[in-house]
Amino acid sequence: MSDHKTMTLTLIVWRQKNANDPGKFETYSAKNITEHHSFLEMLDCVNEDLILAGKEPIVFDHDCREGICGMCSQVVNGAPHGGQDRTTVCQLHMRKFKDGDTIYIEPWRARAFPIIKDLIVDRTALDTIIQAGGYTSCHTGGVPDGNAILIPKPIAEEATDAAECIGCGACVAGCPNGAAMLFTGAKVSQLALLPQGKAEAVARVKNMTKAMMECGFGNCTNHYECQAACPKGINVKFIARMNREFLKAQFA
Amino acid sequence: MQFFKSSIGRKILMAITGQCMVLFAVIHLLGNSSIFGWLPGGINAYAHHLHSLPAPIIIGFRLGLLLFVVVHICYGIQLTIENRGGRPQQYAVKSVQKATFASENMIWTGVLLMAFILYHLAHFTFQIINPETAALKNMVPGLDNHVVPNVLGMVLSAFQNIGVTLIYAGAMLILFLHLSHGIQSFFQTMGWSSDKTQPFITKAGTLAALALFLGYAAVPLTILVHILK
Repeated sequence: MSDHKTMTLTLIVWRQKNANDPGKFETYSAKNITEHHSFLEMLDCVNEDLILAGKEPIVFDHDCREGICGMCSQVVNGAPHGGQDRTTVCQLHMRKFKDGDTIYIEPWRARAFPIIKDLIVDRTALDTIIQAGGYTSCHTGGVPDGNAILIPKPIAEEATDAAECIGCGACVAGCPNGAAMLFTGAKVSQLALLPQGKAEAVARVKNMTKAMMECGFGNCTNHYECQAACPKGINVKFIARMNREFLKAQFA
Repeated sequence: MQFFKSSIGRKILMAITGQCMVLFAVIHLLGNSSIFGWLPGGINAYAHHLHSLPAPIIIGFRLGLLLFVVVHICYGIQLTIENRGGRPQQYAVKSVQKATFASENMIWTGVLLMAFILYHLAHFTFQIINPETAALKNMVPGLDNHVVPNVLGMVLSAFQNIGVTLIYAGAMLILFLHLSHGIQSFFQTMGWSSDKTQPFITKAGTLAALALFLGYAAVPLTILVHILK
């Protein structure tokens, strides 16, 4: 490892004490960074230096660091998760950057996601949407036989594509309107596609889109920035499917 | 009703009213094209025929259009204000992946189109901008010995002025921008698109918007360069 060339980067990071603090950018230097560092490991290094210097470390969300949990949430140079295709910021590696680069790091910015501290935002609003109908409440009884409910493979795959959503909120962060249509669309579609979810499809799409609005998310203007930001590549076809479900629900 | 307050419901109303106006734009363009002479009697005969329709049809059509315009504008403004509030603080670095100039400026192209429509109505419908060439005041012989308003004369004299021609051609460019996002957006909002059809819908929508632009701009531009006399 010691043979590797190291990089020195300038970080311009959003620092905010709490939701009421106006917040501001602070500039830091990230030294001795190799191409093998993940973006979060690079921040860990900066934080170690800050702690040793007796300063407050940069606070950010993270958990699995494997790109599957949806906890990490940073806007890097204006792009949620850093803009690498289908990559969470924890799986973004420093080989994507050059020595001497200046990197802007900001939290998710949306009215529905108030900032808790620095780069951590409160994503409770996504839970509120799920609580409004992102589940099935019908009694399912005992475990059925594997082949008791027949689901054609293309349908099963499409539902799984929608279920890939890890609920990180990058779609909201990427949307100029701070809309949660891709998130809600994925959750509505995932259940609407499957027989177990169809039973409550009408109430679900109405309740979840209502909760979405009440949480302060904006409306969709079909820019499709959400799809570009999504680390799981959730397609905007699920927004179209939700729109279809919503229209259908009006006549049900 | 919940539908009229909901996020998707209001967007569906915007999509439908917008698409109805696109259909009107297509019909309007077909009417305009009579100036190139495919209809016996040209645009004068077309205009005369249109105004000879029963009054309830004309009034109903105009009221319908007015309703589409009002609904589209009201929800457009309301949703835009809500959307601006959706992200109160912008990022220090702006990074655009998929949004286009057209998609980001729908409200402004919409405002400019509304201004143009008001000017256009005053110009050719109410004919108060150049009263001396107003078609309704300059009757000319038409087909079957009818005396008809001289729409052709009014249009020809208007577009010999380069300023007027530029206003019309510029407005049609704005229309192109508005529709290049609006037409594909209609299919997405109605839920009639999928990952397979969406690239085709986007291209077809832009092509349709381009066709409308070229068709509409053809009249003032061909008159300006004296191809159409």
